[in-house]
Amino acid sequence: MKDMTEQNVIKSTSLLTIEHLNISFTQYESGIHRRVLSVIQDLNVQIHTGELVAIVGSSGSGKSLLAHAVLDILPYNASMEGKLNYCGMPLTKDRIRRLRGSEIVLVPQSIGCLDPLMKIGPQLVKGRKDAASKRCMSSILHYLGLEEELSDAYPFELSGGMNRRVLIGTALAEQPKLVIADEPTPGLDPAIADRVIKYFRDMADQGIGVLLITHDLELALRAADRIVVFYAGNTVEEALPEDFRNESSLRHPYTKALWRAMPQNGFQPLAGTQPYVRDLKEGCPFADRCSMYTEACSQKIPYRALRSGYVRCLYAE
Amino acid sequence: MAKHWGQHLLKQILRVMLLMAATSIVTFMLMKLSPIDPLQANVGQNALGSMSQEQIAKLREYWGVGADPVKQYLSWAKDFCRGDMGISLLYRQPVRNVIAVKLSNSLLLLAFAWVMSGILGFLLGILAAMYQGRLPDRIIKGYCIIISSTPTFWLALLLLLCFGVWLKVLPIGLSVPIGVEAAGVTLGDRIYHAILPALTLSITGISNIALHTREKMIEIMESDMVLFSKARGESRWAMFRYHGFRNALLPAITLQFASISEIFGGSVLVEQVFSYPGLGQAAVSAGLGSDLPLLMAITLISSAFVFGGNFLADLLYGIIDPRIRRGGQHI
Amino acid sequence: MKRIRLFFQNRRQRVLVGVILSASLLLILCIVGAFCADAARVTDFSRKNLEPGIPYLFGTDWLGRDMLMRTLAGLSLSIGLGVLAAAVSACIALILGIISATMGKTADTIITFLIDLMMGIPHILLLILVSVALGRGFRGVACGVALTHWPSLARLIRAEVLQLKEQPYIQIARKLGKSNWYLAKKHILPHILPQFFTGLVLMFPHAILHESSITFLGFGLSAEQPAIGIILSESMKYLVTGKWWLAVCPGVMLAAVVMLFYLTGEQIRKLLDPGSVHE
Repeated sequence: MKDMTEQNVIKSTSLLTIEHLNISFTQYESGIHRRVLSVIQDLNVQIHTGELVAIVGSSGSGKSLLAHAVLDILPYNASMEGKLNYCGMPLTKDRIRRLRGSEIVLVPQSIGCLDPLMKIGPQLVKGRKDAASKRCMSSILHYLGLEEELSDAYPFELSGGMNRRVLIGTALAEQPKLVIADEPTPGLDPAIADRVIKYFRDMADQGIGVLLITHDLELALRAADRIVVFYAGNTVEEALPEDFRNESSLRHPYTKALWRAMPQNGFQPLAGTQPYVRDLKEGCPFADRCSMYTEACSQKIPYRALRSGYVRCLYAE
Repeated sequence: MAKHWGQHLLKQILRVMLLMAATSIVTFMLMKLSPIDPLQANVGQNALGSMSQEQIAKLREYWGVGADPVKQYLSWAKDFCRGDMGISLLYRQPVRNVIAVKLSNSLLLLAFAWVMSGILGFLLGILAAMYQGRLPDRIIKGYCIIISSTPTFWLALLLLLCFGVWLKVLPIGLSVPIGVEAAGVTLGDRIYHAILPALTLSITGISNIALHTREKMIEIMESDMVLFSKARGESRWAMFRYHGFRNALLPAITLQFASISEIFGGSVLVEQVFSYPGLGQAAVSAGLGSDLPLLMAITLISSAFVFGGNFLADLLYGIIDPRIRRGGQHI
Repeated sequence: MKRIRLFFQNRRQRVLVGVILSASLLLILCIVGAFCADAARVTDFSRKNLEPGIPYLFGTDWLGRDMLMRTLAGLSLSIGLGVLAAAVSACIALILGIISATMGKTADTIITFLIDLMMGIPHILLLILVSVALGRGFRGVACGVALTHWPSLARLIRAEVLQLKEQPYIQIARKLGKSNWYLAKKHILPHILPQFFTGLVLMFPHAILHESSITFLGFGLSAEQPAIGIILSESMKYLVTGKWWLAVCPGVMLAAVVMLFYLTGEQIRKLLDPGSVHE
């Protein structure tokens, strides 16, 4: 644990900056036609040390790819453009290959990421056998509330919730500066999900930068320092958790709709569906579900600063 | 769990026995269906013409012509269960003795080729998959495709031509030098004569296991598990050592045990080319000469190897795969 | 020009062109070979034992027969026989696979047992047995190849149909009262046919290889027929005296044809595989 003064100093340094990130895929359809699909457009996010930033979006909005792009593990038919900066220097492919798994770690979405034929313990520490790794292994298991005997178990012998904690454990086994958690809570009951999210909050409090990618806005509001709202491959708003106390302090119509859909705020569902990336047109992706839509919305919309956050909407104020 | 295993084992053994019985019936029926007259094929028209009716009748009895098939099969089966495989009509010796000699010749070949092709094939398959689309992969894949398109016997001919005829470093055929007493044959001689056949079989055996391992390994390389391993910064070597090897080994074991049938098939052709006096060559002579007892015995023994191989693979899987070993469930 | 280049950048179009090209090549070879059958039998002692050169590209044998003619005729015979036998075998596989998966437990048990039985006997041995049972010769080889290649494809089709039957959309269609025939036509066959077709094409090379092997061993076509297995088997006697071309040239052609079939099959498999939408 670091003392408060040091933590405050660290908090001001920028850890990861993503600017104008675009990701697209090449695909075949109906036999022999080829097309290019753009799945993430003009994404901008900044994470500081000791900060937990949540990227919130419904499933199918392409947010998992963001994690893959940062770690340079996109599939071979994907290509990306944009500027990535880590600790003030460009995050080149060479650099990410050196840093991933040590300074920058991923907590993946699927428990299928665990090797079915490798025991939990060795999997936590990447198969290292030295005494320090063994100590590290048992302290992690203890921290995560797992019995020490489980290090000799195979993933199929553990429950889903336990395996998910093991995935978090893999991040703790390193000394990371940046943790990217890709949807770490699906399929968990609320009490356990709460506990899982608390692990990430603890990491941030120790000075680690955490990028939490999730579909669960409520969960994100409980732990995050900043919330980035993601819609159909676009970042539409960046807000503080406090902004979600009132609808008026929010900026984008989609975020407002999300707010209204929360149980404590009236539970009003939003009509329509998020467009599939293939059907996206130039301009605001939310256009066809928005009550403030005008002609001007079919142009490219800039991402601009507004109050203490950002928004991608011409009419937000 | 132990009980499950016992039951599973017992079921498998029963199934194999049933299959073996069916194999013997099918083989017998096929041989009996044959319109080829064993007398014509083995004694010859001219010789038959000069024989008396009695002699011919005796020969007919010897070759089992005109006997009641059901009775003949049952008497064969009864003897076989007692361990008596009958007398080989061509070699005029007990089938058991013929098989013992031929099998010991072939086993050397088969075992060597099986182990070599298994290990090399697995390693090459892994290597190709780790470098998918790059030079090592292209070379290995090209090799496999060329080899699996090449008839085994022709490859044997080519090797014979290269090493036996042009370079003259290896013998052209037979399992021992010509004109040497059986007692004077050293192990060295036998190995010397088995090199080319064993080489041919190994070369052809590699492609199947390599292609399958490559496919499986590529599947593994595209899995979430390896994606995560990459995200954790594990090196190619660590990825192979901790994840790839184990996960690719299981299907490879099954495949390699299943390939016993193919290796045996290959040995039939290879032994023919190199005049290597093994089980495969005996099978060809038995088939051409309608030697029913010998062919029955060879078919049964080779399918016993095949079924036994599958059975062993099943067993090994249970021991190696923790999901089955600890889970108590079986495939 | 630009359109042509764009056309070839598209991998699937490229594959399609390749498949059509190699299929036509094989067809031409088959037809040309059939016309060479007579020329292959001409013996002429004035030109015996010639090494490959002009005008005899593949050389001549000890009877002065033109090896190129013999090879072409033999290949044509092998391709024809292989394709025919594989087609029969694939149909057997389709029928037995579907019966096994849909006609109840007894049928399934019997067919599965039969498949296990066939796969238990080494393939070459099984070919020897069947061809002996049918009295060797052309009939023996053709039936032998046709009757022994179906088990693995039948097993594949059976597994596929069984899996399809469990799919929710088929279960629902059944609950909605659709007839078995409708289900088979609308939901099962469209999924099975690509598998079947790929299996069929990939069976060709096996059938051709096995045909030539069994002929080589002496169970197949008679010595007068210019089959590739016969040619290679005869060449064995002359290898020791250094007449390498008798074995090398026909063998290379045979391997090339088999490889062409094999590659075409692989390409078709890739084309029909739904997983290949990505590049």
